[in-house]
Amino acid sequence: MTTSIPTAATAKPPATAPRKSIGRPGLYIVLIVAALFFLLPIYLLFATALKSPDAINLATTWRWPAALNWASFSEAWAKIGGNLGNSLFLAVVATLLAAMMGSLNGYALAKWKFKGANTVFALMLFGMFIPYQAVLIPLFQFIKALGLYGTIWGLILAHVVYGLPITTLIFRNFYADVPDALVEAATIDGAGFWQIYRRVIFPISIPGFVVVIIWEFTQVWNEFLFAATLTNTDAQPVTYALSQLSGGQAVSWNLPMAGAILAALPTLLVYILLGRYFVRGLLAGSVKG
Amino acid sequence: MKGLTKDRLWAIAVLTPSLLLLGIFVYGFIARTVYVSFTDWGNDPAQALALNPIIKWVGFANYQELFTGFLQGRFRQEMVSTIFFTVFFILGCLGLGLGLALALDRNPKGEALWRTIFLFPMSLSFIVTGTIWRWMLQPQGGVNQFPTAVGAPASTFGWLSSTDSIWKFDWNLLPIITAVVVAIVMGVLAYRAFASGQRTRTIVAGASAAVLLLWAIFIAPNLKMLPAPELHGFNLALIGIIIAAVWQMSGYTMALYLAGLRGIPEELREAARVDGANEIDMYRRVVFPLLSPITLSAMIILGHISLKIFDLVYAMAGPDNTFASVPALNMYLTSFRQNQFALGAAIGTILLILVAFIIVPYLSSQFRTEESH
Repeated sequence: MTTSIPTAATAKPPATAPRKSIGRPGLYIVLIVAALFFLLPIYLLFATALKSPDAINLATTWRWPAALNWASFSEAWAKIGGNLGNSLFLAVVATLLAAMMGSLNGYALAKWKFKGANTVFALMLFGMFIPYQAVLIPLFQFIKALGLYGTIWGLILAHVVYGLPITTLIFRNFYADVPDALVEAATIDGAGFWQIYRRVIFPISIPGFVVVIIWEFTQVWNEFLFAATLTNTDAQPVTYALSQLSGGQAVSWNLPMAGAILAALPTLLVYILLGRYFVRGLLAGSVKG
Repeated sequence: MKGLTKDRLWAIAVLTPSLLLLGIFVYGFIARTVYVSFTDWGNDPAQALALNPIIKWVGFANYQELFTGFLQGRFRQEMVSTIFFTVFFILGCLGLGLGLALALDRNPKGEALWRTIFLFPMSLSFIVTGTIWRWMLQPQGGVNQFPTAVGAPASTFGWLSSTDSIWKFDWNLLPIITAVVVAIVMGVLAYRAFASGQRTRTIVAGASAAVLLLWAIFIAPNLKMLPAPELHGFNLALIGIIIAAVWQMSGYTMALYLAGLRGIPEELREAARVDGANEIDMYRRVVFPLLSPITLSAMIILGHISLKIFDLVYAMAGPDNTFASVPALNMYLTSFRQNQFALGAAIGTILLILVAFIIVPYLSSQFRTEESH
């Protein structure tokens, strides 16, 4: 990725590295300024989380704390630790269910095209773009009627259903790249729908599952509207707890900042460790049917 | 492989549960929301949470209330806010994203690290972003302290607390403004159709532009939506939220543009250079035209995110700051704080219509191009 390109701005562009006109120093200045824009909030996040409440002062906002106050994290944990557990359970269960169903849907749509398959798929995809405000009231009533209001299971149901379009989309596009000849060969060998899925499709699906699981986990973990509408105190995920933690004016700012770090850590770690797959999920979201 | 074999039936059977669920949860619930929006459910607080509420059909009364009712000025401001928010959010993300992608396309050292830095906010929740930026934008701290780094006095701009607004216009002028804007668009379409020699299209577009203009000139000035002028504009309290949203989402446009730039074969750029194009011409004539489909899909994806945005505003400005609010937040508060379900459903329906304007043409065009392959 990093090729050895002469860095002097005045150097004549060699034929192998033709893309230069602003000059290298200019390029790095642009990158550093941009990086500051993205990283300064994170610096402030940690600097504030590590201050003790009486050291937090608007005038010295940007100063790194003289004494590190790790207690912010244990305090924040005491307040939102349970919600982190809820979020973890919610995200894992909802992601696995949505990924499994999405894989089967994608396989059925990509490899067993029936008449109207594209229309069916487009109708499914619409569900991924709707503003959830347009379904929120009936959803609330429905979950309540099922007796699931206030429980984590009601939230799981909502996330699985509204996660289906994107998981189906990613798997359908993933399986579209699998040569039809593989499926046809298996058909000639007498394999049916399920045998082909088990022996041919599923074993090569690992990258697809990685992309879908990372994407869906991040989405469910970060979601707020359903969390605020469908749960009560016991089952609330961490996003809602964090919004409550930072909403009050009386709370000293180190607490919500530490809470924000705790709430961000799982998805941030996934992104840093598996960023390549995260980006693929990101790009898949822009359809390309 | 045609005909209804057993395997094909299995394929349909596998899809059935998902289709049923989405049928209910998307289309059924939308239908139900639209129905609720035509009733008076919750307008009488006593009936809102009753086990068997008495619900009456009231037609478009809730919509009329939202657009012309004395009490719903907040909603009208939010409609204006969400349009401004969407425009600046999209411009910010496209500009910053394209700039970063062009920079990374020049293969700087440590390209992967830079990319990671620009993209990581995408993995955060809007609530986390909102919490951080709320602290960044406190009146006497954070961003307002920046000028002191060069010895200047600290800024006093009330990022989230400002009650100022600019570019104000009277809500009563909305029909005229809308008609004129649509007429201009139609006029441009008519001109382009004329230039390419499509007669029917020229006539249809030109005629609708003329009708709209005539309506705007002769009829619209006599229409009054509100008894008194009501000014709405771009609330300055939104600027900070837009910056935070751009901070979070510009990595996405960067990733899209970078994928697009990497897909442009080097030979094309080389050919342009051989033809004597300088670097700027090469970008203008070769690279940017090839990126324009990406710009279009990015605008659509960002546009629908922007119209739906709710959690970021909630986390940054709180639920009760009417100067920094959007319809998506209002819908939640109206329905689940005030239990005015019918009014909330009407706001939800309006949001859906706005999003559908963007998404339906996009989805149908995606599938049309696919089927022509």
